[in-house]
Amino acid sequence: MALVETVPPPAAVVIEKPVGKTPWARVKPLVLALIVPALLLAFWQVATTQRWTRLIPTPYEVGEYMIDFAVGGIYDDAFSGTLLTHLIASMSRVYGGFALAALFALPLGLMIGRIPTARMVLDPFLQVMRPIPVTAWLPLSMILFGLGPRSAFALVCLGAFYPILLNTIFGVRSVDPKLFEAASMLGCQGNAQFYKVVLPAALPSIFTGLRLGLGLAWFVIVVGEMTGVPQGLGAVIMDGRTLSRTELVICGMIIIGIAGYLSDRIVVMIGNRLLAWSPTHHG
Amino acid sequence: MAESKTPIIEIKQVSKVFKLQDQTINALHDANISIRKGEFVCLIGASGCGKSTLLRIIAGFEQPTTGDALMWGSPITGPDPTRGMVFQDYALFPWLSVRDNIGFGPASRGLAKAVVKETVDKFIDLVGLGKFANAYPHQLSGGMKQRVAIARVLANDAEVVLMDEPFGALDAMTRERLQDELLDIWQRTGLTVVFVTHSIEEAIFLADRVVVMTPGPGRIESDNPLLLQRPRDVASPEFNDIRRVMSAKLHSHHGKKAA
Ligand SMILES: Nc1ncnc2c1ncn2[C@@H]1O[C@H](COP(=O)(O)OP(=O)(O)OP(=O)(O)O)[C@@H](O)[C@H]1O
Ligand SMILES: [Mg+2]
Repeated sequence: MALVETVPPPAAVVIEKPVGKTPWARVKPLVLALIVPALLLAFWQVATTQRWTRLIPTPYEVGEYMIDFAVGGIYDDAFSGTLLTHLIASMSRVYGGFALAALFALPLGLMIGRIPTARMVLDPFLQVMRPIPVTAWLPLSMILFGLGPRSAFALVCLGAFYPILLNTIFGVRSVDPKLFEAASMLGCQGNAQFYKVVLPAALPSIFTGLRLGLGLAWFVIVVGEMTGVPQGLGAVIMDGRTLSRTELVICGMIIIGIAGYLSDRIVVMIGNRLLAWSPTHHG
Repeated sequence: MAESKTPIIEIKQVSKVFKLQDQTINALHDANISIRKGEFVCLIGASGCGKSTLLRIIAGFEQPTTGDALMWGSPITGPDPTRGMVFQDYALFPWLSVRDNIGFGPASRGLAKAVVKETVDKFIDLVGLGKFANAYPHQLSGGMKQRVAIARVLANDAEVVLMDEPFGALDAMTRERLQDELLDIWQRTGLTVVFVTHSIEEAIFLADRVVVMTPGPGRIESDNPLLLQRPRDVASPEFNDIRRVMSAKLHSHHGKKAA
């Protein structure tokens, strides 16, 4: 009983598939991505072997130390084979702090975005608090939460909080008003609109906020672990500094970079799956 | 076509005033219109003459400042599934597939899953989007999106379909095709359609009645029944005669304003 017997071919629905890609096309992104790190590595190598600086170890030394740090058996000092312990300690703070931040920021953001009174009460306060950097909170946090992991946790949480909050508010406030009209003329009115319109419409923004928040959680982990925690990548870097062991510092930096990157990729993959409907969300 | 006594939609001395900080806008002044079930009414007029405002009052998105908007004799107090709106910019839910967009209304009304599915299948078929049932709106062309918007309203058992320049953003060919499909659906279902357009030709091609509106303040200038037989031929002399008359009515006002 179709009124239209002929429809145009579903060209728009066929999502580009990597058919017939040459091997070069497949490895090209990887090769391009490795150019800058390779150049940096080369420069580092030259700078240290030419003795432009005596304080920075050579890439080879750092590499060797990284292996010892990861599995031990070379130097057998206090840090040998402890990478996993520190990584897990940091990850638990990053993800724990991030989860706690999301737990506060999401409902708060939804409320501020939707309820004018909540916005008027909370928005000015939060706008004033926002520019205060996490580093500035360090002393207060140590007084409030003591020396140790609780303080680290709180600082990471604070770092992840604002991007989640602000993007949630933005997402909730920028829902196309036509969609509310469309929903209400279809029989979805009142509170039901919150779940059926506001939440899904705000999801891309919320997701962006979560992604930025997690990134910032990794970003502030070193500050968070300046609070005198015994374990964690931040603690390793702090120890490396006090012991003048630059190779340790560099190892910690590299691991934070890689862990943060991988963690972001996972989030992006989840996002691409969840937000397949959103044309702007293919990271 | 059977004619019932009570009009399905009745607009009685409706005025709408918008108050902005420093000015008041008489968007609609003393509008009267009565629409019978099954009629296809087109609203036409210059920009700003209150066409959308009138349509939105019928939809229940706006309340009249004075006067009454009635459906089957009772006041329209808010949006309702019996009056479905088709927006110019589609207003589809981007996070829902074609299937779920069309099922949004039935699901919101709490119909059983099986009933929703059956309804959706029927209307996907009706607008010929079977192959696109699982596509998202951003993967569709404008014409397909508007088909989904129409199906979404029909699937919800709307008796009155309100269309605000629904084909305004489409290319000429898609537009003509959708006009044909809309007439086809209208003739099969006995829907009542109120259709806003800027195109005289579109109005004459579609409507049982063309309501001409004029701005400053927005008012209904004339209400013109069209006795042209369907299917209509845009190239016929009769069609052109009517087009000339309507064009004169539409433009007479501009002369007045300039004077
Ligand atoms: N929500 C609103 N607030 C203030 N003024 C409004 C509002 N909606 C419409 N108006 C004003 O009312 C008048 C009529 O607007 P309306 O949108 O009904 O015109 P229209 O005939 O649909 O025009 P167009 O052909 O351009 O769509 C305009 O002057 C417009 O600026
Ligand atoms: Mg309009």
